[in-house]
Amino acid sequence: MARGRRATTSGRSLERDDARRLLATMWRIRCFEERVAALHRSLQVHGLIHLSIGSEGVAAAVCGQLRSDDAVYSGHRAHGHALAKGAPMDRVMAELMGRADGLCRGLGGSMHLVDRSIAFMGATGVVGGNLPLAAGDALASRRQGSDRVTVVFFGDGAVQAGHFNETVNLASLWELPLIFVCENNGFAEFTPRSAHTKVQSVCDVVAPYGFERQTVQGSDAGAVWSAFGDYLDRARADGRGPFLLECLTHRRRGHYEGDQQGYRDALADAEWGQLDPIARLGALAVEQGWLDDEVVATLEREARAEVAAAVEYGRRSPPLEPSRAAELVYAR
Amino acid sequence: MTETTTFVEAINADLAGAMRGDERVIVLGEDVAEGGPYLATQGLAEEFGVERVLNTPISEGAVCGVAIGAAQAGLRPIVEIMFIDFITLALDQLVNQAAKAHFMSGGQLSVPLVLRTQGGSGGRAGAQHSQSLEAWVTHIPGLKVVMPSNAADAGGLLTSAIADPDPVVFVENKSLYYRREPAREAPRPEPLALGRACRRRHGDDVTIVALSRMVGEALTAADRLATEGIEADVIDPRTLVPLDLDPIADSVRRTGRAVVAHEAVRCGGFGAELAAQLQEAAFDYLDAPIQRVGAPFMPVALSPSLEDAYRPDSDDVYAAARAALRWADEAEPIPIAADGQR
Repeated sequence: MARGRRATTSGRSLERDDARRLLATMWRIRCFEERVAALHRSLQVHGLIHLSIGSEGVAAAVCGQLRSDDAVYSGHRAHGHALAKGAPMDRVMAELMGRADGLCRGLGGSMHLVDRSIAFMGATGVVGGNLPLAAGDALASRRQGSDRVTVVFFGDGAVQAGHFNETVNLASLWELPLIFVCENNGFAEFTPRSAHTKVQSVCDVVAPYGFERQTVQGSDAGAVWSAFGDYLDRARADGRGPFLLECLTHRRRGHYEGDQQGYRDALADAEWGQLDPIARLGALAVEQGWLDDEVVATLEREARAEVAAAVEYGRRSPPLEPSRAAELVYAR
Repeated sequence: MTETTTFVEAINADLAGAMRGDERVIVLGEDVAEGGPYLATQGLAEEFGVERVLNTPISEGAVCGVAIGAAQAGLRPIVEIMFIDFITLALDQLVNQAAKAHFMSGGQLSVPLVLRTQGGSGGRAGAQHSQSLEAWVTHIPGLKVVMPSNAADAGGLLTSAIADPDPVVFVENKSLYYRREPAREAPRPEPLALGRACRRRHGDDVTIVALSRMVGEALTAADRLATEGIEADVIDPRTLVPLDLDPIADSVRRTGRAVVAHEAVRCGGFGAELAAQLQEAAFDYLDAPIQRVGAPFMPVALSPSLEDAYRPDSDDVYAAARAALRWADEAEPIPIAADGQR
């Protein structure tokens, strides 16, 4: 999509207030993750950390249109999805630091974020393992007579997992109100997609099932917004799906923090400028006269301040007592 | 005339009762709307509709995951894995998702799921349809594991499993499915609490802890021992996780001898865990090494005579009890020669 053109592929299009909200969310994710990278290097956040820098537009444009009772399942690259769905940043940061005030009391960590109060039903560290859970959630909402819609995020690497095809088959057979959102960054961990499959596009993989699907540029938050909004409206209206939205994204960082990335060349700054969803939407918003440069700069400043406060919040929180952790193995 | 029932009828009646009593209960699995190969779900689709009794494709991993996701969203799914041998295909969902969701979410999520499956040899079905794999799931914190030994218990334990807020693996034994036994009075039995062992026979000479089908074999062995003047205490744990160790340990402290018996391969079986916990709890009281009864370390063969030889039965329990009894009540001093050699 050419710069400056409004996203008009469907009934939903991006407007001034939406753009401002999306930019604010993207800056919150970007600043959070940049800080997480630094904290990981200084051993203040723990574990295997997978950053989503470069695909904030997908998280913001998808989660920004959901109701709080619409369930989201995510994968191992989940910080952005959690924040965009509405998880409080300070508690997400505390979780990554392994503290008792973390979202999951420090028992889950980066790959296992859950915020039940906003139906952020969970990230998972096993690639593809979240897909059938999301189908079960959609089945439950139908059974409960609810009009909520379920969204599951996954990467292109998950498409080669058996769970993907099993779940796509079930979701299409049962016409579940489920939207598959694939963030196709072209790499399954260290390996390019071309080395894992002959099927170029994820949309092509599900083609025989016949449900609606499309591929959009994930760096174009407006395109994601309108394509997803169309699917969301339809899934909500008649409680049927599924849909697949494939978002082509650029993974700015390695597979995980510490990944030496010997398998790919560095991207030139000019190329990154084209792939950076924040730069793209910021430029569009200014060009359209929705926002001025100062407002855009303010959004970044506010995000950095929120991150700083979140880090302080995490640092103040102790780890959970071991006996409390042991009590949480069973619900009863 | 006394009413009779079978294990599979008890399961069927309890499933129907649970579905009548709670709209959140759904049943899903391969062929469940057709009743399944053992008729455990017969009639459910007719009474409750295919919206609540869902036939699924042969996709054990996704079907288990769907049940977990539905449980996390507030339903009470009962998923059937037709043979425990196929649980391998669902283990990622069971082990990495269901078992850990409550813990990893800091207590926010719970997974009130029952995974019904059946195992055991004797079906002349070969090595991929005859296994007893319950020990695998007992190794995973977050899962509960139930193994009923008779129809009367099966319904009450299933009632409790369905009401439980945690994921429960409910392991039935195909050899028990069609045995006739007296029926309970109530249409739906009272719940039997998980984690309560049951003494099946009282005796003071040797403790036999038996799982599932081996409870009946142990009682047969105990009758034979009784004709020889030996009284066995036979205990059925009924649930492996949580394990009701106290009454078993009390029994062993009283008898000083223990046999643990299951149909699974002996090596790495749940009997090894039982033996380890019993020696920790009652080491000073033991007069003999704890004897284990289980299948040999090999896959089951198709040939009926080979399968029958492979399958642990009352003779094996009897022999193990006899081996435990060979040790004297009071350890005899081992004679040591003057030169220090035994």
